[in-house]
Amino acid sequence: MVIVPLRLCVRRPDLVNPRGTDEGLLMTITVPSELEIVEQTVDIVARYCLACGLSVRAVRFNLRVALSEALANAIVYGNRLDPGKRVHVTLRQRGEGVEVSVQDQGSGFDPHGIPDPRRPDCLERPEGRGLFLIKELVDGLAFNEKGTSVCMTLHRA
Amino acid sequence: MTFTVRNVPNGVIIVSVDGQLIVANRNELKDKVLKALEDGESKFVLDFSSTEYIDSSGLGVLVSVSKKIREGGGELRLAGLNEDLRMLFELTKLDTLFKICDKTDEAVQSF
Repeated sequence: MVIVPLRLCVRRPDLVNPRGTDEGLLMTITVPSELEIVEQTVDIVARYCLACGLSVRAVRFNLRVALSEALANAIVYGNRLDPGKRVHVTLRQRGEGVEVSVQDQGSGFDPHGIPDPRRPDCLERPEGRGLFLIKELVDGLAFNEKGTSVCMTLHRA
Repeated sequence: MTFTVRNVPNGVIIVSVDGQLIVANRNELKDKVLKALEDGESKFVLDFSSTEYIDSSGLGVLVSVSKKIREGGGELRLAGLNEDLRMLFELTKLDTLFKICDKTDEAVQSF
């Protein structure tokens, strides 16, 4: 018998919240701290976002880039690829669109401490563009106080 | 195979990126380019005509290899970027750092 380890855990509202009090919650996904899981996770969220009425363009480009960057940041810089830590993705439907949260189990970071990668003195740095791209491509962005969670909002066209 | 390296007659190395250039495979591209640079190659075209996606780490590795090629006296061209990929370069202003051509042939002829 071959035992396949659990790679990705998707929970939908009837399982997450049987009483239905968490209005707007579409699903949560728990993923391991492995970069190979990023694409699969983005694909699942993208399908839900299309069903929520986001444009194909917003899903194919804005969501894909922003969520991929947020997941990579959470896995590499947040959880530091620690196999004992997980990343939690939450997708909620809002009046104006959808809200996607990515939370890691790291020690947090200061989102205001990252310089603009377009600055002439930063342009040739190999890192520091992930958060910038997220900011540019989503309609709303918020962090928790600890700096372990990023919440991205994308509006319907 | 994600990266394919081929020589063309006028001494240009074309590295084609198939699929994605992301945090999980970026070092493979870097290794291939640096190896060719060590072997004495100096004219590089990175062909993205079969590339769906480049993440920020991929952009970072392009910045890094560009610098190495320049320091080694070589030149780099990027070619075949689709509309989405172009947008990433424009948003990050990396379009000002690289020489970008529409087509691979055009890039090869530009040296």
